[in-house]
Amino acid sequence: MIDALTIVQVAVAIIAGLLCLVLGLAGRKPSDLTLGATALVEVLLIVQLVVSIVSPAVGNDPTGDALEFGLYLGSAILLPVGAGFWALIDRSKWATVILGVANLAIAVMVYRMHQIWFVQGG
Amino acid sequence: MTASTSPPEQSSSAGIGRVLVVVYAILALAATGRSFYQIVSEFDEAPVAYSLSALAAVVYILATIALVAPGETWRRVALATIGFELVGVLVVGTMSLVVPELFAHASVWSWFGAGYLFIPLVLPVLGLLYLRRRRPVVTAQRPSERVTGA
Repeated sequence: MIDALTIVQVAVAIIAGLLCLVLGLAGRKPSDLTLGATALVEVLLIVQLVVSIVSPAVGNDPTGDALEFGLYLGSAILLPVGAGFWALIDRSKWATVILGVANLAIAVMVYRMHQIWFVQGG
Repeated sequence: MTASTSPPEQSSSAGIGRVLVVVYAILALAATGRSFYQIVSEFDEAPVAYSLSALAAVVYILATIALVAPGETWRRVALATIGFELVGVLVVGTMSLVVPELFAHASVWSWFGAGYLFIPLVLPVLGLLYLRRRRPVVTAQRPSERVTGA
């Protein structure tokens, strides 16, 4: 895991989450903007997956438990997919709100993954 | 909030219900993932708390399904599971403060769900309110009180 990348990722997820939440509550249906923001969050999660697979090989081991880390990452990767499908099927403003909720949940999970990787152990 | 743009109450409450379902699903996912991890790798540290974690996870999954599924039976299942969650978070939350050596291990309900932004404490209340609104057909025929059976 790379510290700076992860911080950017949390920030992006929070911004995307708030954006979707605000636009959704304002009555907007899922749009290229909100779905695109969610897709960006998903792409960053995939990047994170690759990084976390490669990291231990180059001597960057997690301080916490790799299994716990993997469970968080796996769950997080599923969220945009689920919320995205929901948005494609249910084209109402609530689908946009749901995109926001999923993105914010991911922000929390990535933050937690950061703790597991860097802060725990010993 | 204004009446002009959004359709009437009912569809708006149905929409909020959808968001509720999603939040429940995320919590079910979180609780299942965490309890799976706890049981696999550190069950001996706090068997009571971790067993409760697993029970909570199952109940969250059941509640999510019950919120989605139509019909009076599922509504009752939803009431029972969500009521159980509310009791669970209150009891375990209190116990984690009073008897920390038993319960002060991270579970969804420890410290009233503080590790999950208190969502486990707030969610059942919202869920019960939502179910009261959804209270269906039966009420349309008989306006008498059926609310008390929660």
